[in-house]
Amino acid sequence: MNNLATSLLFLTCIGVALPATAKVEVGRSIPKLAKLVPGAEIPITSGKIVLIDFWASWCSPCRESFPILNELHQKYGPRGLVIIGISVDEKEADYRRFASKMKAAFPLVHDSAHKAAAAFNPTTMPMSYIVDRKGILRHTHKGFRGAKTRAKYIAEIEALLAKED
Amino acid sequence: MRRSFLVIPLTLVGICLSSCSQQLVRVKPYERGNLSRLGMSRDLNPLYTAMTEHAYFSREGSFGGAGVGGGGCGCN
Repeated sequence: MNNLATSLLFLTCIGVALPATAKVEVGRSIPKLAKLVPGAEIPITSGKIVLIDFWASWCSPCRESFPILNELHQKYGPRGLVIIGISVDEKEADYRRFASKMKAAFPLVHDSAHKAAAAFNPTTMPMSYIVDRKGILRHTHKGFRGAKTRAKYIAEIEALLAKED
Repeated sequence: MRRSFLVIPLTLVGICLSSCSQQLVRVKPYERGNLSRLGMSRDLNPLYTAMTEHAYFSREGSFGGAGVGGGGCGCN
């Protein structure tokens, strides 16, 4: 009995200490957003190149990234790029205010419970993930550095489109 | 014998609940909404900070070390 109690306690401790979800890594498939953010309107992503961007209303570089993401959406949307902006704001009002101010042309999702954020585990804000048509994560971008990040986005998206057209 | 049964689990619980467990204590980048508020800023009043730094500079002859280039040698 004592052994059983000790083992259970040990397993509980390990469970608390270790991350609960599998890592999202380049070369591996990403978790399903519909399961992580239930109730959110996630666009159809099967067979599309997907750019997932984690942002927050309190993050200044996120503000700078939105015009570029709008531009990418307009330029590459018809060719098969889907951009999904995932807000990690805790308050619904902050998310709504920022979304209406930035006039995002691409779909936005509010991850108030931080389930998607916990699964993707972004190490900076913002952080974006580029996924190929098969649902495999191909590139990650930590932060947003203006023209430099824009050029990288374009090169990576163009390469994926050329490869898979 | 019974003591050893208690010591091991208690030690493990202690480790998990102490700062050794990153899972419990580390604030993730996406959880920093409250920390990024103006009220949480160290430099809440820029004018007060500027005046304090000026007082240190003029009265104590020290300069730098507060995010300003230069270590007081005057060479920068």
